Parts: sequence; structure tokens; C-alpha cells
Amino acid sequence: MLARLGRRLLAGLAVVLGVVTLTFLLLHLAPGDPIDIMLGPAATAEQRIAQRTALGLDRPLPAQFASWLSRFARGDWGNSIAKGQPVRALLGAAWRETAWLVALSLLLSYLAGLAIGAVQAARSGSRLDTLLSVSTVTLFAMPGYWLSVMLVLVFTYWARLLPAFGTAGLDSDYLHGASWLIDRLRHLALPLATLTLIGIGGAARFVRGAMLETLSQPFIVTARAKGLRPRRVVGRHALRNALGPVVTLLGLSLPVLFSGAVFVEAVFAWPGVGRVLVEAVRARDYPVVMAASAISAVLVVAGNMIADVLAAWVDPRVRAGAATP
Amino acid sequence: MTRLLRDRRGVFGFVVLLVVIVCAIAAPLVTNGEPTAQRDIVATRFLPPLSSDARGVFHLIGTDRFGRDVWTRLVYGARISMGVGVLAVLISLVVGVVVGAVAGYWRGPLSVALLGLTDFALALPRVVLLLLLAALWQPSTALVVTVLGLTGWMGIARLVHGEVRALAARPFVEGAVAVGARRMRILARHILPNALTPVIVAAALGVGNAIILEGGLSYLGLGVQAPTPSWGNMIASGSDTLVNAPWVATAPGVALVLVVIACTQLGDALRDVLDPNLRR
Repeated sequence: MLARLGRRLLAGLAVVLGVVTLTFLLLHLAPGDPIDIMLGPAATAEQRIAQRTALGLDRPLPAQFASWLSRFARGDWGNSIAKGQPVRALLGAAWRETAWLVALSLLLSYLAGLAIGAVQAARSGSRLDTLLSVSTVTLFAMPGYWLSVMLVLVFTYWARLLPAFGTAGLDSDYLHGASWLIDRLRHLALPLATLTLIGIGGAARFVRGAMLETLSQPFIVTARAKGLRPRRVVGRHALRNALGPVVTLLGLSLPVLFSGAVFVEAVFAWPGVGRVLVEAVRARDYPVVMAASAISAVLVVAGNMIADVLAAWVDPRVRAGAATP
Repeated sequence: MTRLLRDRRGVFGFVVLLVVIVCAIAAPLVTNGEPTAQRDIVATRFLPPLSSDARGVFHLIGTDRFGRDVWTRLVYGARISMGVGVLAVLISLVVGVVVGAVAGYWRGPLSVALLGLTDFALALPRVVLLLLLAALWQPSTALVVTVLGLTGWMGIARLVHGEVRALAARPFVEGAVAVGARRMRILARHILPNALTPVIVAAALGVGNAIILEGGLSYLGLGVQAPTPSWGNMIASGSDTLVNAPWVATAPGVALVLVVIACTQLGDALRDVLDPNLRR
């Protein structure tokens, strides 16, 4: 078991190293220079050289990469070239905004998706099933950047109910207690609704498939033959056993917490990772892009591992299989 | 084919895609003029749907802020969006089938290396990579196709690898080996045609996904560049004029959602028709 885990950790480390190497090469091979963007067209040649030396961009690429890697591993992520702030603070602040938005939407969409998928599987083939299928397929097909625009049209411009931009109103510094919370929630409503609605489409489709698979198993026939009520068969016997693939999917969505809302953040001017990343890439802000891609890679790898662990946790058969390699 | 047409989802997907593709190909015939044509901007901008301008030109879904006909742009945008989606998936298909087939049929270090490469590429954060690639070079339609194609082949490679390995152990392959067929011929003639079912399904789903991502990149200004219409950049420019002319952003989105639904429905129906084991 430990050897297996060690091998997976090593492989994961190799993937992360590969991703940061690739990002580094892409960044430096691509046209565009952060110095140009920083100093503007009026800068003299001496100023450029001085700035280049100050940032360490005049050294050979392998040396730059090695020093970035060793500093990153020790937790020193450097300063943003474009903004001067420490990368850690910059990404940390952005990550908080993305993470709680996405976490909340994942939670809501999986809860709703489980309920809808279970109902559909229990009533498979009925009119309700067809209706819900059509709805979830439609939701799943919606691009976030379009659904958000449509929600803004309806709820901001037509109904004049909800704000469309940012995380808080201009007067939020003067609000306290309940009115502060209401202001935040009103700003959260539309981005959260967008992500959740699309998420429900995917989750419900997936749960329905997993449930139908489970409902065709012999133990369900047994449970039915014992005379258990249908609600109990679906709720207790089937739903629990269908949770395996669902939980795996939830584990795989870990990286989504970091970079899963890029397009929706762009629409709602949400100050999250997506916006920081788009700005950083445009400004050739090497330290920010490198740190962000390293974090994404770590999350992808960790998400895969967590998915495996979760799968073993909900399904004793997988646990037994893992113990005997 | 007849079985596919007996499936409601199949019919829906087939008809929608057929209509969109025919409109896109016959764009000059079903529209009035060029997608980028502008006349008297002040007189013709923000005309609502189903109205005619002073020159008597009918605008089915109105005009945008430059007085360009939205229907015309939508149809020409279908050329770009569908084209990008299909071409990107074709690139993914070629890379995925070659990598998967080689890794599945030739055991040894090459296979291990290819599988390692696939796992590595699968672990790359796709959206981050897309942003990087699309933002670092001059944005263009060709770049979008390449980037989407090169970040979407891994799933197909895995599918093909699994199928090829399973098929290579089947008696009819042994038979082909016994009569002295060369390996390339066995792979191309006997194994691959039998491995294509899940690939076709994955490709149908992939086209929808690629169209959504193309729209996203164009929305951020990193994809297809104005004034060339693509559904993504139409949504982006339409969202700026949401108050005056909501139809500009609504129409391309509806078209996009319809096409994506059609792709998933056709994919689901194809899977059920082509693979009797999966039929429920």
C-alpha cells in the first residue's frame, strides 16, 4: 500500500514538474516581453537593460528556471512583475474569491443533481424523466459566458433585482451586520446561479446514468422481491451504491476550485483566479503565470488521488482490491 | 442509419446539425449581403428583429451596433464556429487514434512512453493551457483550431488504446496473423475499423465541447478576431449592448446551445445504436 502510494506521489511530482517546465518554455518562447509592457514605448535602452538585470531576466533560461524552481519549492513565489505585489498575496486573495464561489456552486449542484438524477432513474422512461432529461441536457449545453449574460439581462436589466458586477457594492465599506451580508449575497447570486445551473446539468445526467446501472443489479431485484417500498429501494439500496462514481467525479473537480470559473468571472468582474490569470498572461507576468500553472497542476494530481481515496472510502470492494496489488 | 432515425434523440441531433451545416454552406443564398457590411450606421443600428430598414432590407433578428444584420452574421458565424469545432476534433482524432493504436498494438518501451505522454497531457490544466497558448501568440482562427485540437486528443487515445488491446487478443486477429498479414495491415484493416465506435461517439461530444471553448476564447478576445463573426465574439460584442439590443447576444447563444445539444444527443443515440451492449 505504502509503495503504491509512493509510486503515485512520484508520478504526480513528475507531472507537476512537466507542467511547469512546459509553461516556462511556452512563456519564454512566445513573442512579447514583460519589460515592454512595464516600461512602455518611451523607455531608453539603458532603462530596459537595468530593469532586465534587476528582474534577473538577463540570465540564461536554464538558470532562471532552476532558481525559480528552488525558490518556489521553498515557498518564495516572488513578486508580480506587472503589479509589484508578492505573488502569494495576489493569488491568495484571488483564490479565496474563486474558491468559495465554486465550492458553494459544486455543493449546490451536486445536491440538486443527486436528487434530480435519483428521481429520474426511479421513474425511468416516464414523462417526468423525459422532461428532466431535456432540461438537464439543455443546462449542460449552456456555455457559462452566455448563461451569465442572459441572467444579467433578465435579473439586472429587466427585473432590476440583482447587481451584475463585482463581489460587493460601492458602499459596502459602510455596511455592517445583516445589510453587509445581504449586499454580498446579492452580488453572489448571479455568478453562483450560473455555475450551479450548468453544474446541475452535468451532475444530474451523471447520477441518472450511475443509478440506472445500479438499479439493474441483482441485489436491487432482491430488495424489490423482499417487498421493500420503492422509495426505500431507490433511496437506501441504489443511491448508496451509485455514490461511488459520483464521489469520484467530485474528487476530480478539485482543480475547478482554482481555475474553473474563468469565463464566468470575466462576465461578472469577479476578482478571482481566472481574472488574475488572464491579466497575468496578457502582461507576460512570468512569476504569476508560473505559480498559477504549478498550483493548477498540483490540484489536478491531488484531485486524481483524492478521487481514488474517496472511491475506496465509499466502496469497500475497491478498498479490498487496493489492499492486494 | 434507419435505427438511428428511429431514435428521437438521433433525429433531433441529425436535423439540427443538418440545418445548421446547410445554412452555413449556403450562407450567401440564405442571407442578404456580407456579414461585415455596414451602411448608414446611425440609421440602421439596433433595429429590432423582424423589421426593415429605410432601404427596405428585411432584418430577421435585427441589427447590431454597427447596423450589421444579425442573421447574416449568425449564419456566417456558423461557418467559423462549426468549422473550428469540426477541424479541432479532426486534429484530436488523428493524434488520438495514432497514439492510441500504436500504444495498444506495439507493446514495449514505445507503448509505455506514449501512455505516459497521454497521462501527462491529461493532467495538464486545459483551461490554463488554452489561455496561455491563445494569449501568448497573435490570436487567430488557425491558432484556436490547433490549440483546441492539441488539448483534446487524450480521451480518444485512451479509448482507442483500450479497444485495440482488447481486439488484438481476439481470434480473428490471430487468424490474420496466421495467414501472414503484415502488422500495419492487420492494424489498419482488421483492428481499427472495429475500434471506431466509441471514437465516433467521443468525436460527436468533442465537437460540442470545442465549439463552447472556441466561444469562450473568442469571448475573452483571445479567439476569432473581429470583424470576422464567430458565435463567441458575437456574444461578447452583444453583451456590451445588452440594454439597447438584447437580441445581438441572445441569437448566437441560442444557436450555440442548440448545436451543442444536437451533438450530445446525436452522440448518445449513436452510442446506443452502434454498441448493443450499452443499450438500456
